[in-house]
Amino acid sequence: MMNWEIRVLMTVLFVVLAPFLGGLLDGIDRVITARMQGRKGPGILQPFYDLFKLMNKQLLAVNRIQILMLLSYLVFVILTGMLFFGGFDLLLCFFSLSTAAMFVILASTSTHSPYNSIGSERELMQMMAYEPAVLLTAVGFYLSTGTFKVYEIFNTSVPAIVKAPGFFIGFIFILTIKFRKSPFDISTSHHAHQEIVKGVTTEMAGLDYAMYNLAEWYENIFLYGVVGLFFACSNPWSMLWAFIAIVCVAFLMTLIDNVSARVRWELMLKLTWAITLLSAGVNLLILEFVR
Amino acid sequence: MKNIHKSPWLLHYDGSSCNGCDIEVLACTTPVYDIERFGIVNTGNPMHADIFLITGGINSQNEEVVKQIYSQMPDPKVVIAVGTCACTGGIFKECYNIKGGVDTTIPVDIYVPGCAARPESIIDGVVKGIALFQKKHEDMKKVGKVSNTMN
Amino acid sequence: MELLVTLLIGVPFAIAAVLAIVKNDWLRGKIVYLGGLLIAILAVVTAAMWYTGKETVTFNLPGTEALSWIVLAGDFFLMFLVIWLSIKHHKTIICVLSIVQTLMVAWVELMGPDVSESAHMRIDWLAFMMILIIGVIGVLIGIYAVGYMRGYHVHHKEFQDRRNFFFAIIFVFYGAMFGLVTSMNILWLDFFWETTSVCSFLLIGYTKTEEAVDNSFRALWMNLLGGLGIAIAIVYAAVTYHTVNLYDIVANGVAVAGGADKAALIPIAMLAFAALTKSAQMPFSQWLLGAMVAPTPSSALLHSATMVKAGVYMLLRIAIAMNGNFVGQMVYIIGGFTFFVTSLMAIAQNDAKKVLAYSTISNLGLITACAGVGMEETIWAAVFLIIFHAVSKSMLFQCVGAIENTTGSRDIEDMQGLVLRYPKLGLILMIGIAGMFLAPFGMLVSKWAALRAFVDAPSTFLVVCIVFGSATTMFYWTKWLAKILGVGIGGREDITQNNEYGSMFLHAAMIILLCLSFPLVSNFFVEPLVTDMFGYAVSVIDAGSVMIMVIMVLGVFIVPLVSYLLTRNVPEKEVLAYMGGANAGDNIHFIDAFGEEKDLKVSNWYLRFTFGARKLFMPSVIFTTVIIVLFISLIVGGALR
Repeated sequence: MMNWEIRVLMTVLFVVLAPFLGGLLDGIDRVITARMQGRKGPGILQPFYDLFKLMNKQLLAVNRIQILMLLSYLVFVILTGMLFFGGFDLLLCFFSLSTAAMFVILASTSTHSPYNSIGSERELMQMMAYEPAVLLTAVGFYLSTGTFKVYEIFNTSVPAIVKAPGFFIGFIFILTIKFRKSPFDISTSHHAHQEIVKGVTTEMAGLDYAMYNLAEWYENIFLYGVVGLFFACSNPWSMLWAFIAIVCVAFLMTLIDNVSARVRWELMLKLTWAITLLSAGVNLLILEFVR
Repeated sequence: MKNIHKSPWLLHYDGSSCNGCDIEVLACTTPVYDIERFGIVNTGNPMHADIFLITGGINSQNEEVVKQIYSQMPDPKVVIAVGTCACTGGIFKECYNIKGGVDTTIPVDIYVPGCAARPESIIDGVVKGIALFQKKHEDMKKVGKVSNTMN
Repeated sequence: MELLVTLLIGVPFAIAAVLAIVKNDWLRGKIVYLGGLLIAILAVVTAAMWYTGKETVTFNLPGTEALSWIVLAGDFFLMFLVIWLSIKHHKTIICVLSIVQTLMVAWVELMGPDVSESAHMRIDWLAFMMILIIGVIGVLIGIYAVGYMRGYHVHHKEFQDRRNFFFAIIFVFYGAMFGLVTSMNILWLDFFWETTSVCSFLLIGYTKTEEAVDNSFRALWMNLLGGLGIAIAIVYAAVTYHTVNLYDIVANGVAVAGGADKAALIPIAMLAFAALTKSAQMPFSQWLLGAMVAPTPSSALLHSATMVKAGVYMLLRIAIAMNGNFVGQMVYIIGGFTFFVTSLMAIAQNDAKKVLAYSTISNLGLITACAGVGMEETIWAAVFLIIFHAVSKSMLFQCVGAIENTTGSRDIEDMQGLVLRYPKLGLILMIGIAGMFLAPFGMLVSKWAALRAFVDAPSTFLVVCIVFGSATTMFYWTKWLAKILGVGIGGREDITQNNEYGSMFLHAAMIILLCLSFPLVSNFFVEPLVTDMFGYAVSVIDAGSVMIMVIMVLGVFIVPLVSYLLTRNVPEKEVLAYMGGANAGDNIHFIDAFGEEKDLKVSNWYLRFTFGARKLFMPSVIFTTVIIVLFISLIVGGALR
């Protein structure tokens, strides 16, 4: 079903469309959040206004290395998505993603700012918390479909979710960390949260912050892509299921964000690892056993 | 996209105030007034902020702080003094440690009087500030490039 | 080939003898350079000669009969040395271990059962790799040591200058390692094994401080315990199977899967046990951590790049006999667990050498786990891990040593902004750290392969260990990398000598070259090795993905470079970092609540009370001890039934 023309097309579509989709999802998220809080909230296109505003602002630099690191972050995130939508190895995508995440840390610590510093240590803690679940997700795909290759996963007759629901739960759980949503938005957070000023993004002004936001949108689309992949298979109707799943997950993230309070990192680490072990680990055990 | 007035991010700084105005500023973010409908985000970070909203006057301790925070905001930027104290020093004006209003330290664009300033008037001031923000941006565009030597 | 190998083993011993008596610093330097060069050339020539044939060769050295007597005499010499030193330092109990095993080996040699004749030496793919690692990496460390030790004794006047002794031991070690990896006769192998143990013991105690002596004896008894394992394996094999040939023992072990007597697993288990101690796996990790008191070149050479690799080398040798039985399970449980738990403990360390030590144990754990599974794919991953780890870690140790000599500290917190303060050292450290964990570099590719292999094994335990271990590994490396890339605050003059830089830059070049030529190394070396071991090869990572990896290696360098070029002329206004407006004019001072200026220090998280060794070490030791005792009982019990 997926030959190389489609793979190239998907890659190009990702590069071109992901910012729009990512921004739109962000906008919808803000509107729903406002409605949940009984407010009118901003327009759905607000994230785009923010992005263009940031691009038009003066560029401030605490350390000139920062902008370089952020551009590298953006490039690696785009590369991650391209590898994914191009149908390459899923593990490779995740490794590329963690390299990208590392550039955020380097961008942040390069400034020697106290808020950045505490933010980056927390960001590292978050990475440590979600990394096992992310890698296990790839393993889950492999065990349920027999391949790590994204385009081959698409071509299987049964979607991965049937055999790998535990991995799916584990992945959804860590998505709250990746999307920087409460209760796990400890390193930096969206909207008007100000816990440690802005954590890792504190010293990013103007274009710096615009690039960071853009990279996050790319990253979010990639992650939603992985969510969809759990439901995708060779049956064209499965795409509908994948779409519904993505919408549900997106709504769930907003809901969790609005009904939970931020936790300390110890609890985050314990919870994430426990859930990873209990859901993905047990699922892994079962799949290895029946194989 | 020429319009940047749809995304004014706000930094709220509390100088020597009695906290009356601060409570009113926070009231603006509540569902009743909901300033986020203008795209305003109450960010706590000068690097991300476009509008510098100060309540209370300037004293000898916070003078340097205000200057520094102002310098850490990227251009274009708008300063709004909220409340009588921020405008003139108000009831604290004669105190030994008070320099006066915010304009004794940094250039102020909009003055919002009141003790305490009502949320309605604060929002009114902010909306004026947003228009000015757009205008400053256009002026900057005309000059052709972002000035790097300001401040 | 016979002659070459004789030279390869003999020449280092001869140079060692010369170095032991040379007291002149300049002359010693020259001898080390020339000797090192000679050994490196010999090693490369031997490897190249063998590579032209690419076939496993077994042979005897000229005068094998006499050499056997020398080996036996050597065993006794080591025994008396250990007895003398342990009595001298009031640790008499330790010499019992040495006496018992030496007598066991001597009994086999002199009065034991007749053993079938076979060749004593053998070179195959694995030996080829080890010869190259010892000959190239080892010798580079030796060259680095000349400059390092000069600086060391300038800084540490309190220690007696015993450099002639130091270099002599280093060269003895080269000879012993070459002997170890080429020996087929397990009696010889045991002798070289013991020699490396004693070399390590002597070098750890180099400074003669109380801590150093204590740590050296800890290393000694743990390694001797492992040696005892080999001695038991020798006696058992000689009595039961009338052989002292390592490969016969392995072949017997492999036959168990086909229904042969299960007792053949006992020597395999004993050898595996010895390998676990040598590779400092839990519960024996403590000795390698203690070994960090030794001067840095010996840490690099013995305790990271080569000697501890002897343990995993042994495991790879017996890997095919461990596939799917209790021995393999024991080894991979220990290895996987060690990988995870030591990487967790590394988080709590701020001493750079300690971090490297924990990371070494951790990576050895991963290699051990790979060997324990004993499948084609895991061996593929293990071999890559050995190569990349040897190069990267050797360089990292040297770099940390040079940093310590220059700045007077090896605390990671003191490395703030190293890249700006000492660009050359910072760059090397950066490459080394990136090579250890970052996406497209060798270690990560190997980990990737290991993960896939563990999924296929199938082993849930190992999959869980590796995914959690990767996460913790990322934590401690990233925070170190972030530290050195920050804002730098001036420092002293860089006093690193040219020979040190020479060695480090060669290492850095090797790392990058290895990453770029990854597919070639896989094609022309690792796959033939796996084929040789199992009769067929597998491609663990498909060519397309490998190519992407290689492109990514380039990307990691090119993207920041292009980013730099793109952003170089972007107009930026320099501002101070945000500190609530309380900066005191720069980013490293602030005004406190009393209006006074204070230093601002940002520190990494170490979380000693959560991940510290004090909390995790004992439970881990208990768990792994129970595992070892349990599995050895199972193996012995299974054999007796």
